[in-house]
Amino acid sequence: MSMQIEDPRVVEFDVQTDEMLVNMGPQHPSTHGVLRLLLRTDGEIVHECTPHIGYLHRSAEKIGENLSPPQYIPYTDRMDYLAGMNMNLGFSLAVEKLIGMKVPERGVHLRVLIAELGRIASHLVGMGTYGLDLGTFSPFLYAFREREIILDLFEEACGARLTYSYLTVGGATHDLPDEIEIPEGLASLTGRVQGERFPFTDVIEMFLQWLEPRIKEYHTLLTRNTIFIKRTAGQGVLTPEMAVSYGCTGPVLRGSGVNFDLRRDGEPIYTSMYKSYDFDVIAAPFKDAPREVVLGDNWCRFYVRMLEVVQAIRLVRQAIPKYKAATGSFREVFKLNSKLPKDEVYLETEAPRGQMGFYVVGNGEGNPLRVRAKSSCFCNVAITDQICQGVPLADIPAIVGSLDIVMGEIDR
Amino acid sequence: MDIQGIHSILLEKFGATAVGSATHPAIDPWIQVEASAIVEVAMFLRDDERLLFNHLNDLCGCDYLETDPKKVAKFGHEPHVEVVYQLSSLKLRHSLKLKILVPRWKNDVPGELPVVPSVSSLWGIANWHEREAYDLVGIHFEGHPNLRRILCPEDWVGHPLRKDYVFPLEYHGVRGR
Repeated sequence: MSMQIEDPRVVEFDVQTDEMLVNMGPQHPSTHGVLRLLLRTDGEIVHECTPHIGYLHRSAEKIGENLSPPQYIPYTDRMDYLAGMNMNLGFSLAVEKLIGMKVPERGVHLRVLIAELGRIASHLVGMGTYGLDLGTFSPFLYAFREREIILDLFEEACGARLTYSYLTVGGATHDLPDEIEIPEGLASLTGRVQGERFPFTDVIEMFLQWLEPRIKEYHTLLTRNTIFIKRTAGQGVLTPEMAVSYGCTGPVLRGSGVNFDLRRDGEPIYTSMYKSYDFDVIAAPFKDAPREVVLGDNWCRFYVRMLEVVQAIRLVRQAIPKYKAATGSFREVFKLNSKLPKDEVYLETEAPRGQMGFYVVGNGEGNPLRVRAKSSCFCNVAITDQICQGVPLADIPAIVGSLDIVMGEIDR
Repeated sequence: MDIQGIHSILLEKFGATAVGSATHPAIDPWIQVEASAIVEVAMFLRDDERLLFNHLNDLCGCDYLETDPKKVAKFGHEPHVEVVYQLSSLKLRHSLKLKILVPRWKNDVPGELPVVPSVSSLWGIANWHEREAYDLVGIHFEGHPNLRRILCPEDWVGHPLRKDYVFPLEYHGVRGR
């Protein structure tokens, strides 16, 4: 017997929904730190998504006014704490541009090697946590297993695992070690004897050889997974015009189809580092994308990161022989009592999450007059309101996760 | 296009009252713009086919003041506040730095924030950058749709990146020093 509805208006009244304000965060696992999203929802559909930031504000810019550049390096680590090496590099280059310092060739190749390893580590976390946001746990474990070895290598190079302060004004604090004990994790993964000693660069090569075939596995596990594609393809579409207007950079910009990478298109002081290297800039659209994918959606942003890992592996491979062949010192000494000239520079570098800019104003003293850190994630997270309108509540973590934000960098 | 070329285009379009000189001997040369003309200049820079500055890399404030009386003579700047715009064109691959110089306080009344027109209607990201400059440096952006504090709590007093800012001794019962 079919159901009869006597008065349709009763049903109409019954399904009518009210607008509701939902506070997502600041302590929410899928907001990647202390991001608070204020969602205005109607039923399950989000009409407005206002990000509130500042919970991790530590006055990094004010601190910079009271410290000399080498003293400030540790604070740059704590901005994007997943890519500390790249932050160190950005600030060091800005100061070098200000004082007109030239880094010796060995230092340049050391920096490329370290910065690209940092990029791999950062993108691995981006991949793993994005899996977590979408409800799959295993990619996270694999990503952290790989990242662990990079951290072991960084630990051998500079002694720290997260906040390195390794690349500094003029080059790096130490040269890379000649010979190290193979990291435990790598030894057990590659079936080598624990405690065996190898040259440092050989260990990196060993790791890359082990990592490269794994990327194919991640593609099987995530990128080509039907559920993953259903959650990401066509969601959170960011048009190229909007991406440029909102100052989005890095994988977010390239995922929207704008082919722009500072390693190729940046200022001479930065591009000269990568001049002798051969690498591709990854940008959407992709020929091998699934049918459902739209230019600038979550899937594109994710895929840019995955392919950038491959490019970073290529760069590290090229950096190893260049570093070994380069003679001379790995650094130019920055005298601790030196004064900054009365001038100002702004320099952006391509950090894993986008273009990280440092604006340093010198005033004839040891400490700068002003240090400004322009964060890439700050601009990338500003877009959330635009791309989260009209999506179901459950897709918010998928969209925010695809931007791959780090709150330490946004709030500084 | 280099800075001299951009400068001559701007001078031709807006005249010397709105656009200052570009001959500062600096690593990154800049063009000084009068505060009242910034919106028209910025819109021209964004839309003109020779320039196409579609990307606002950064917008920040900077306070020039020496609080130590012994160092004032060597400081070399009149006390003022700058708003710095870093523009670049993703299409033509050139970049530009614009500056607006305003007094530290409007009409020299301490506490009255200097006023600069907002460019948030031209670049989407300027909205947040201006909120940050308002929050930390204390610049009032006229015409901004939502000029609230962004990094500091909403009831915070003062603008921390001002050179004469005094750190509060107490905030909601939390000792500051």
